[in-house]
Amino acid sequence: MRGPRLRVRFSKHGKVRFTSHRDVARIWERSLRRARIPVAYSAGFSPRPKIAFGLALPTGYSSDAEYLDVEVDPVWMAGIDNERLVGALTASLPTGMTALAAVELASGEPSLQHAVTSCTWRIDATGADAREASDAVSRAMDGRELLVQRERKGRLSIDNIRPAVHAVEVQGNITDGVRLTAELATQPRAVRPAELLASLHPPLRLLRACRLHQWITTDAGDRSEPLAVAELSVAGTGVEP
Amino acid sequence: MSKPARYIGGEDGMQVPRHGPGVVSWLLTYPDTYEIGLPNQGLQILYEILNERPDAAAERAYAPWSDLEALMRSEGLPLFSLDTHRPAALFDVIAFNLSAELTYTNMLNCIDLAGVAVRAASRHDADPLIGAGGHCTYNPEPLADFLDFAVLGDGEEAVGDITAVLHDWKASGRPGGRTGVLRALARVPGVYVPSMYDVTYDGDRLAAVEPRHPDVPAVVEKRTVADLADWPYPKRQLVPLTEVVHDRLNVEVFRGCTRGCRFCQAGMITRPVRERPAEQVRTMVSEGLRRTGYDEVALTSLSTADFSGIEQVVADTVNGAGCSQVSVSLPSLRVDAFTVGIAAQIQRARRTGLTFAPEAGTWRMRQVINKLITTDDLYSAVESAYSQGWRRMKLYFLTGLPTETDPDTLGIAELARNCVALGRTHVRSPSVTVSVGGFVPKPFTPFQWFGQNTVAELRRKIGLLRDDLRRTRGVQLKWHDPAASLAEGLVSRGDRRLGGVIEHVWRQGGTFQEWSEHFDLGRWQAAATACGIDIDAYVHRHRTFDEVLPWDHLSAGLHKDFLWQDWRDALDEVGLEDCRWTPCYDCGACTGYGIEHVVASAVPPAGGSQGTGMDVSQGGEVPVRLLERSGAGAAA
Repeated sequence: MRGPRLRVRFSKHGKVRFTSHRDVARIWERSLRRARIPVAYSAGFSPRPKIAFGLALPTGYSSDAEYLDVEVDPVWMAGIDNERLVGALTASLPTGMTALAAVELASGEPSLQHAVTSCTWRIDATGADAREASDAVSRAMDGRELLVQRERKGRLSIDNIRPAVHAVEVQGNITDGVRLTAELATQPRAVRPAELLASLHPPLRLLRACRLHQWITTDAGDRSEPLAVAELSVAGTGVEP
Repeated sequence: MSKPARYIGGEDGMQVPRHGPGVVSWLLTYPDTYEIGLPNQGLQILYEILNERPDAAAERAYAPWSDLEALMRSEGLPLFSLDTHRPAALFDVIAFNLSAELTYTNMLNCIDLAGVAVRAASRHDADPLIGAGGHCTYNPEPLADFLDFAVLGDGEEAVGDITAVLHDWKASGRPGGRTGVLRALARVPGVYVPSMYDVTYDGDRLAAVEPRHPDVPAVVEKRTVADLADWPYPKRQLVPLTEVVHDRLNVEVFRGCTRGCRFCQAGMITRPVRERPAEQVRTMVSEGLRRTGYDEVALTSLSTADFSGIEQVVADTVNGAGCSQVSVSLPSLRVDAFTVGIAAQIQRARRTGLTFAPEAGTWRMRQVINKLITTDDLYSAVESAYSQGWRRMKLYFLTGLPTETDPDTLGIAELARNCVALGRTHVRSPSVTVSVGGFVPKPFTPFQWFGQNTVAELRRKIGLLRDDLRRTRGVQLKWHDPAASLAEGLVSRGDRRLGGVIEHVWRQGGTFQEWSEHFDLGRWQAAATACGIDIDAYVHRHRTFDEVLPWDHLSAGLHKDFLWQDWRDALDEVGLEDCRWTPCYDCGACTGYGIEHVVASAVPPAGGSQGTGMDVSQGGEVPVRLLERSGAGAAA
């Protein structure tokens, strides 16, 4: 039997963005214990806390839209105050990680991994100014193929990522390069901002990237976030240190 | 760059240093990767103690991995602190924790990356002082050319004394420059300043290491904190953001060990036994778990089952954790049924593997090394473990021990086979992993006079075991590279002439020598040849009683004639009981410093003959004097 699930949205900025997906999982396990959240454990030989993370964020990228689902004790869940919970979680997280929102999930809600279909990214890049970047993006979006080379299991393969690139906009020049936003699909596989930049002609080089949103698109075409937040108090508008 | 998270700091427990005039700044550096160095308790203890002082600020650094090092060198970036990314050369002191000889070349690399001359004699007045502490500094002679100072023994009090000296020196306008402060440091108990000593040789042999000035001590004595209860550190253990070894809460339950294992340097140099009061252990465990969010705690010491009242402390830890699941790990377990009982208590759910260290394969050999586990003790421990549901056993052994014969070596295989056979009567497919390391004699042990086995001899012995165990189902044999043992042996008992070898190896790119993928014995051999060092004479030669040892002007409190007598006893296959529960042998560690064992129980632990040389299955009543604790409550 499955207990109630809590979905948490959090951000990741600053030096802590250099932690890996696995590191973040360990950080959360400890932080939930420090915040005294009664997490459910799996039964059996080697009990594990029941925590599910969404899409991995590449090491070094920051984010305003990270998620985890955690199964908790039903009695405790009945008495929680969401506001206070979010504050308590942030207090137990390391500097740079902030809990933004938390809600109880309706039962039957699919896992993050399955539900999320695309992400919006803010991408800072170098190698072109805004005008050159706009031209490169237009050429890319007008074409049917955007090829990237990648290594899989020690072998080079060539992928066409064009179908996964939903939208790209050049925002303008920044002090050390150019800023873009892009919506990139996560299924069948998650395309990374660095891959998009490498596929352009001429290719751009990634300075930094921040995940702004994860999106769930229904078959009917409606788009929503796993957990929307009205206003991002810590939203990374600036440049990472 | 691989694993960037190891360079960002930001751990829970990180301190915000207040640098400024009137503050002595320390960069506490572990000369290996962050993953290996972060959990080091000694470094974390000093980090807190220094940062609590108004006149000190401490930050941390670890050796950058080769990919970052290449980047730093190409970009001209110096070694930096993890806490605030401050350049290393801006600190007053760069202090290294030296826990293993094969990290010495990393220390040189860190000094060089800091932008400081690796040789102490070439440093300028404005350069940081380069210091070191940790077990390896009991023979700092191979590093004498590189270190401004070394600290012997417990650092808790010494770092304060050193800070005070540096503070006064800075405040009074740095009188005498670098030499002036080093002269002052040489007078601090436990502090050894190599440049204040002259070395003379008689032909190839060391003749003397003598102080240059009358106010510099002829013998530097180690520091010992009398009572661990006064030092409940670390209070805020660092919780790393990325994966490290021993990633758990660590609580030191006692320091020192008097089992008297003759190969064990740690047991000899950390005497006497000083137990932490059980109540303080409980508080440190519960507070630590609450603060860190860890679900695992290790009760650390050199032999945790010897802690008075260990059963109660373990029971309280397992039961007192509330709703969350806490596991307890006990490193360095004794081999007996009592120990298995404790292990059963803490591994109720998960009985995967149990590790024992019999160290030698025959009773004769174990008497030589004074690891007094009878064969009965061992088998009853193993049987007890299998009967309680464990399936995998890991057994640690040494080979290349003094007087070891081929039957002794093969005794390891025999033991392993018998353990598997015992296991078959209880579980379906028992497995025993035998892990064999080549013995490296260490300073301040009874085996300091012993000529280490050659690489060829160690390989032959491992070969004997491999052949013998080839057809044995259920036994896996693993071994430590004998080539690495040779390099370790060369440095561990070396004198000042080894400095050139270490520098040569480092200059040829020999960093991370603890890592098998980076270790290359050829580099060490080439360096020895280049420096005119006879490896054989340093490593494989038996030393005599009248020989001057490179560490004779340093003291761990142990009388040299006690060690020599213990060495003779070893050769006579005579064991020595644990002095915690038997009369004093006057090794010197207590009497010399006017301190005593701090143990809460006058009764040796139940469960085996080990160490006490008697049947203590019921707990033998042996009179022992207990040290009164200062303040409330007696030790008993």
